[in-house]
Amino acid sequence: MHPIIKLVAQRLALGLLLLFAASILIFAGTSILPGDVAQQILGQSATPEALENLRRELGLNEPAVSRYFSWLGGVMQGDLGTALTNGRDIAESLGTRLSNTLFLAFWAAVIAVPLAITLGLLAVRYKDRWPDKVISAVTLTTISIPEFMIGYVLIFFLSIQLPQLINGMEFLSDGARNWMLSNLRFSSVALMNDSMTLIEKIKSITLPIMVLTLVVLAHMMRMTRAAILNVMQSAYIETAELKGLGMLKIIRKHAFPNAIAPIVNVVMINLAYLVVGVVVVEVVFAYPGMGQYLVDHVAKRDIPVVQACGLIFAAVYIGLNLVADIVSILANPRLRHPK
Amino acid sequence: MTDVLLKVRGLKIGATIFPPGEKSRDIEIVHGVDFDLAPGKVLGLIGESGAGKSTIGLASMAYGRGGVEITGGTVEVNGRDVLSSGMRDVRRLRGAEVTYVSQSAAASFNPAKQIMEQVTEAAIFQNKFSKKEAEDRAVELFRKLGLPDPENIGSRYPHQVSGGQLQRCMTALALCPQPDLVVFDEPTTALDVTTQIDVLAAIKEAIRDTGVAALYITHDLAVVAQVSDHIMVLQQGATVEYGTTDQIINAPKEDYTKALVSVRSIDHEEKQPTDNPVLRVENVTARYKGTDFDVLKNINVELHPGQTLAVVGESGSGKSTLARVITGLLPPSNGTITFDGRTLTPDLPTRPLDDLRELQMIYQMADTAMNPRQTVGTIIGRPLEFYFGLKGAEKQKRIQELLDEIELGEGFQDRYPAELSGGQKQRVCIARALAAKPKLIICDEVTSALDPLVADGILKLLLNLQKIEDVAYLFITHDLATVRAIADSIAVMFQGEVVRYGPKSQVLAPPFDDYTDLLLSSVPEMKLGWLEDVIANRKMESAGN
Amino acid sequence: MRIPLAALIGLFFTGLFFAVAIFAPFIAPYGMAEVVGDVWEAPSDQFLLGTDSIGRDLLSRMIYGGQTTIFIATAATALSFITGSVLGFFAAVSGGWVDQAISRFVDLIMSIPSLIFALVVLSVMPTTITILIVLMGLLDSTRVYRLARAVAVDITVMDYVEAARLRGEKIGWIIFRETLPNALSPLVAEMGLRFIFAVLFVSTLSFLGLGVQPPQADWGGIVKENKEGINYGVSAALYPAYAIAVLCISINLVADWVLNRTTSLKGGRG
Repeated sequence: MHPIIKLVAQRLALGLLLLFAASILIFAGTSILPGDVAQQILGQSATPEALENLRRELGLNEPAVSRYFSWLGGVMQGDLGTALTNGRDIAESLGTRLSNTLFLAFWAAVIAVPLAITLGLLAVRYKDRWPDKVISAVTLTTISIPEFMIGYVLIFFLSIQLPQLINGMEFLSDGARNWMLSNLRFSSVALMNDSMTLIEKIKSITLPIMVLTLVVLAHMMRMTRAAILNVMQSAYIETAELKGLGMLKIIRKHAFPNAIAPIVNVVMINLAYLVVGVVVVEVVFAYPGMGQYLVDHVAKRDIPVVQACGLIFAAVYIGLNLVADIVSILANPRLRHPK
Repeated sequence: MTDVLLKVRGLKIGATIFPPGEKSRDIEIVHGVDFDLAPGKVLGLIGESGAGKSTIGLASMAYGRGGVEITGGTVEVNGRDVLSSGMRDVRRLRGAEVTYVSQSAAASFNPAKQIMEQVTEAAIFQNKFSKKEAEDRAVELFRKLGLPDPENIGSRYPHQVSGGQLQRCMTALALCPQPDLVVFDEPTTALDVTTQIDVLAAIKEAIRDTGVAALYITHDLAVVAQVSDHIMVLQQGATVEYGTTDQIINAPKEDYTKALVSVRSIDHEEKQPTDNPVLRVENVTARYKGTDFDVLKNINVELHPGQTLAVVGESGSGKSTLARVITGLLPPSNGTITFDGRTLTPDLPTRPLDDLRELQMIYQMADTAMNPRQTVGTIIGRPLEFYFGLKGAEKQKRIQELLDEIELGEGFQDRYPAELSGGQKQRVCIARALAAKPKLIICDEVTSALDPLVADGILKLLLNLQKIEDVAYLFITHDLATVRAIADSIAVMFQGEVVRYGPKSQVLAPPFDDYTDLLLSSVPEMKLGWLEDVIANRKMESAGN
Repeated sequence: MRIPLAALIGLFFTGLFFAVAIFAPFIAPYGMAEVVGDVWEAPSDQFLLGTDSIGRDLLSRMIYGGQTTIFIATAATALSFITGSVLGFFAAVSGGWVDQAISRFVDLIMSIPSLIFALVVLSVMPTTITILIVLMGLLDSTRVYRLARAVAVDITVMDYVEAARLRGEKIGWIIFRETLPNALSPLVAEMGLRFIFAVLFVSTLSFLGLGVQPPQADWGGIVKENKEGINYGVSAALYPAYAIAVLCISINLVADWVLNRTTSLKGGRG
């Protein structure tokens, strides 16, 4: 067997093992922590009967290990249990929310990834000159503000101040102002339902996309810049320069094949980061996705929902990191062409 | 064709440096250098690190590496000034008229592409040859350079061939476009000595057969003497002496050149063995944890008080592992080590303090052997305090004595390692070892990272200290010239075994075993025609067999 | 030693923020939970930043909020540093299965995003300040652990550490005199980044309603309380954003300087 297939298989197995361990951790985190969970959920004023009922419902009277395996067994068959708060099937409630979250993350990625790579390339091209400095200053600022604050800053300026500004532009005709008002409308609430067309949906989530883009852009660009610089400073790039090759040809033929793995790595790591950023952004824009669902139910101490959401987020996160690992293996010439 | 291929006049090169904690500033690193190179001739540029030789070589391709800029003078290739030409013309020059061979072929080849594609790239891109012609040429060059399987080696990836082979591929890469001039930048420095001679011979033959001119840059005068017609000696960016190879080697005018020529000619008279060796290694076998082969196989050597045992071998011969076993860092799987009449325990933590004190070690990289956060005073003072409990004025006095012994003198106690030169750093390491009043010092390639003249100084110091302190040295090195200079007895190691062992006079005298013969004959000698003689001898021998 | 301008600015603002946090009760014009005016009053001489969603002085809330945020972040950073670096050094010096066991466990914790992990734990734990500090400190200590271990492993293979071992030095000297002085600079720079992360993290949790609980003020909570105001053009919810940005950028500038200064001390070895 080609050693690379073995390596990839090993990584996949390791990923599964990690996911399994993560499920134990999540379960343990919600089950074996000190204190009476039922008491925590119902509060100090709960009657003993109510506590006993909840304990039975949660299966708290059984040993943790058997509870874990019955939970895991259910998860493997797609049964995520029922929510404590409203008794609904979790898998059902999660379905549309998960697809909404992925929809948001997808469009944010579609914009952020090419933008970040382009800006990263620009920063390398104009290293230590003003474009590089401006880009790194902006980067420094955006990583210093939490996601939700970027959200509110954008809402404040784009949803609230911008229409007022346009209304104030009296030198423009009414038609022009109305056109601008209707086209430059940024909704501070990201509605989402099945009756909307794709365009309407995307319009509705313009601001969340912008926030997510800003959040991951900085990291992704910084890391892209570092990855490309690392490649461009290699001795084989100098060799290519000393062959008289033009810059574009050098980048295309010599830098790109070696930069692809680190860049894919950067992208994957940031997509994983983006998935987490979604949680907060959904709350800011009241977007009906998984993040908001999770946060709501953490506050309500609805443990089965928290476990299910936690497991899904962890799975996505581990999966993206796994893809990054595998791409690095596949792109490594030493592994692809063993001695 | 003009009769001058490369004409350099008043070449000045500057660089921007970024000293810690200060503003960056511009300095001049080459101060007006002139030379000519005729077609088909080879000029050797020689000097120590910082002499500016690589910078000058790259300037002939109008290239400045990392912040280096050509600030004055002219460089003409085939009658055209390359410094004032536009980028487009410069690109037409590079890879077509002038090509480059770097010190590290392993780094200079793109790891993601096959060797053939990289070797022929410039020739095709510069419209010198068609793809087919270029590939035929490459195969021809591979054959000429003595690469195995020349038809197919091009389809391999850089990491699939050895270092010496890759260095030859790099030479093929440079010769493939049929340039007028090749810049060789230390092409054999990173290679083992027995590999170096083959690559050197291959390069020389290729230069002769193709009639290309070359700039050959190296710090090793003996190497450059074998390949060049003229030699320019450089020191700190200025020309010291410029003449024919014969004149530079046989009749140097300047003191600096004389010193370079006479380097490695330290004379050391062999001492006779005594009855009580300070170190006796018996039947030592060792392997690293988690591996399944012995890096040392049944080693037996002795070292006598106040004498030097040189352990010679190439990379991977196990010579540094022997040092680790003696110091207790790697317990042997078999065998015993006796030190000053006592049997040493196999591992470090169980050794009594006196054993540790009397057995000191000096490392190859003085840079990493000293804690960058400690002053010279602390570094030398610690063993005094640790072993002898010296404190205060007494300790200061002893530190100063040690500094005097290593010829550094006053004012060094409060300096940090980063503020010292390479040679000074190694001297401080010697002082730290001496501070313990050892009976034996293990010297692991202590001169390999230093420039030849500096290395000479260190060797002289070590010999001198041996006389004063009566300390024995276990001297690990790959450099036979160093061995000649300081050893009393020699152990030649090859693949974990001692293949030849005895007093210096015997080890270095015929009849030789095959490996020792190869090793000895591969060390470049400071005389013209040495390379041809060796190659001729080897051919005769193989024909005779 | 010359301190570059950027680092000076960073030091000044960092110092300012910490001073305000420490002396909050003396600086704040009104009490933290004192209702002194109308809802969302515009900035005036009386209320420099205006009032908040229930008529408390916003400047006072910001000052007290800064105190809470900075206190939690500092405590969490300290905890993560002590835990992370002790375990990291311990793993690096021990090697073998101890190193393996700790490292794999840390890998596992890091395979779940910190925020998600925190949410999972907070779903069953009471949200007190102590729990927040411990949770954030322990989660973040995984990152410190990785750095500390990597740095220590790098250093323990240095010849000067080997030389010390050959000399017969005890483990104490090797850790405190040979290893630590060289590991300190990257760790100090990392401490800045971890502190920033802690500020962002606690603000996020509070914003989600799972961190500092009202009426206690903290920057994330101020955003939560005043977010509705944004729709009426009240910028009360934005002040914490500015405060966090200035604090974090300042600390970044200082951390950068510390890192640069110490790498150059090593003689450019980086």
